[in-house]
Amino acid sequence: MSQLETAAHPETLRRVAIDPVTRVEGHGKVTLLLDQDNKIHQVRLHIVEFRGFEVFIEGRPYWEVPVTVQRLCGICPVSHQLAAVKAMDQIAGYGPLTPTAEKLRRLMHYGQMVQSHAVHFYHLASPDLLLGFDSDFTRRNIVGVALDFPEIAKQGVLLRKYGQEVIRHVAGKRVHGTGAIPGGVNKALTVAERDEMARDIEQMIGWTQGAIDMVRRLHETNPGFYNVFGESAGNMMGLMRPDGALDFYHGALRAVDPLGQTIFDQVDYADYQQVLQEEIKPWSYMKFPHIKSLGADKGWYKVGPLARVQAATYLATPLAEIERQKMMALGNGKPVHGTLFYHWARLVEILHAAEMIRDLLNDPDILGTDLMADRGERRYEAVGVIEAPRGTLFHHYRVNEDDQVTYCNLIVSTTNNNQAMNEAIRTVARQYLDGREVTEGLLNHIECAIRAYDPCLSCATHALGKMPLTVEVIDADGQLASSLSKA
Amino acid sequence: MSAPIVILAVGNPSRGDDAIGPILHERLAAWLRDTPMAGQFELIEDFQLNIEHALDLVGRELALFIDAGEGTPAPFRFTRIEPAPGIAHSSHELPPEAVLEVYRRTMQQEPPPSYVLCVRGEAFELGQPPGPAAQANIELAWRCLQQLFREPDRASWDRQLSA
Repeated sequence: MSQLETAAHPETLRRVAIDPVTRVEGHGKVTLLLDQDNKIHQVRLHIVEFRGFEVFIEGRPYWEVPVTVQRLCGICPVSHQLAAVKAMDQIAGYGPLTPTAEKLRRLMHYGQMVQSHAVHFYHLASPDLLLGFDSDFTRRNIVGVALDFPEIAKQGVLLRKYGQEVIRHVAGKRVHGTGAIPGGVNKALTVAERDEMARDIEQMIGWTQGAIDMVRRLHETNPGFYNVFGESAGNMMGLMRPDGALDFYHGALRAVDPLGQTIFDQVDYADYQQVLQEEIKPWSYMKFPHIKSLGADKGWYKVGPLARVQAATYLATPLAEIERQKMMALGNGKPVHGTLFYHWARLVEILHAAEMIRDLLNDPDILGTDLMADRGERRYEAVGVIEAPRGTLFHHYRVNEDDQVTYCNLIVSTTNNNQAMNEAIRTVARQYLDGREVTEGLLNHIECAIRAYDPCLSCATHALGKMPLTVEVIDADGQLASSLSKA
Repeated sequence: MSAPIVILAVGNPSRGDDAIGPILHERLAAWLRDTPMAGQFELIEDFQLNIEHALDLVGRELALFIDAGEGTPAPFRFTRIEPAPGIAHSSHELPPEAVLEVYRRTMQQEPPPSYVLCVRGEAFELGQPPGPAAQANIELAWRCLQQLFREPDRASWDRQLSA
């Protein structure tokens, strides 16, 4: 069991709850158990994973699923759509996609990567990086960045908008688009749409390079801090091509250990249950997946930007590969595990996705009209996997003779990172909170470590008033000692 | 040329009463289709508000946000909003006031006069339809919207503000 996961005598300890974690979608809660000397005995991230996803999907006709799953998440609907449609390609009996269809799906996926990473970095992460963890609360959020760094904030808005426009051009609509359907895509790209996207792509690449340079300069100001903040050396996993290049859309599973040594490679993702196992812990609703061969204690792994760019042999676009190597050079030949490197890696991935978009827009196939694959024998079970912005996303379905989904298992990126996030906040608690009076600034250190993973928790419900933040400090007698709320 | 008035209706149609925004959006779209004033309005629907919606405010004379609200007074509240720094704790689902603030900071100018029609919802479970209370609130909000659209100017909208 991980250190600080379970206290020996919790009944004697003071409890601090952060509920929900600020600037993280969905509902997350951190609890810390401290003794009278503020010595930390237990740290847990509780995520209320919504297990209604499967119920929502089961019983529906399989061809509806790629559209339906977009409603699971308001931030990354394209990710769910593509993972689902990759499974449904097989269920429906389609063979390999036409070159145009695969490239259009990739274009949409890279647009999703740009827009999602952009909003995270420029408006969620950069306040912590640029303004410092202990700055006044009102200056830590989006408005603080905009106030002090208007140009950065504006670029973030426009990068986000660009990614959204790529999605719109491929999917046909800004939200609730279809785009990918079993067997291919349902809309060809026009010359005008291609040209509109091509007009701005070099600007997007340039802005991203500028942001990477800013992060590098920030790191140089205090490398000791950035290298070790929330440092937790775990295994890392992602989808790779046969030559080891990271592939956001399609590949086979590769996992490496904290030193970068291969644990498994080129595992067909349809066989994910042979290499991964989901564990249940009594104190959390969210499962804890781990690498089966290593067991629960040593087999936990990270997914997402920092994990996959380091698990990869290389990135298949030149500018992003240069930046990846520069970042990894800070590990002196070993992977870096400081939590804040996730932000750096996220920018490298924006650059990679933007370069891929540019290359696709220059590819004549992108304007093709052969959109549907040939259809073969129907299947009754299939797995679809992609690298979503937050990490590896599994969709596993079984379908009956009446075309209804009878089984659905989703392992979302946040679930894959469950143990990794817990490890990161325990490290931060040991580094910054142990033995000190708990302040909002120190609690923000915990939140910052979680935000680096960009967890996404059933975030499509957003109604006004749905997400207040409450911080409660409860004394050893279970009484509320103090409380802080903001709407 | 942008339409002078933008309406941003947000919500997830598959999450119970969160469908209030999309339902009103759909009604507005159908209603405007047959009216000569359709060109005055641009309707935008999304799951949730985010930073790029600041760009949808560019060049507008008025902006209206329509959303479900938990804990808001029933059946709805129609309020005027201003840019508000520091009230957002999630940048992945911004409140309307934070969208205005993004506009102010990125465009270096004040956003257009902006209003929120916040319709009370009760339950937001995935896969559930809007509940009866939300349906009743939608009907009352719809009457308010029709009145607003018949007199689409700032003075008239200010007269409709909730007490």
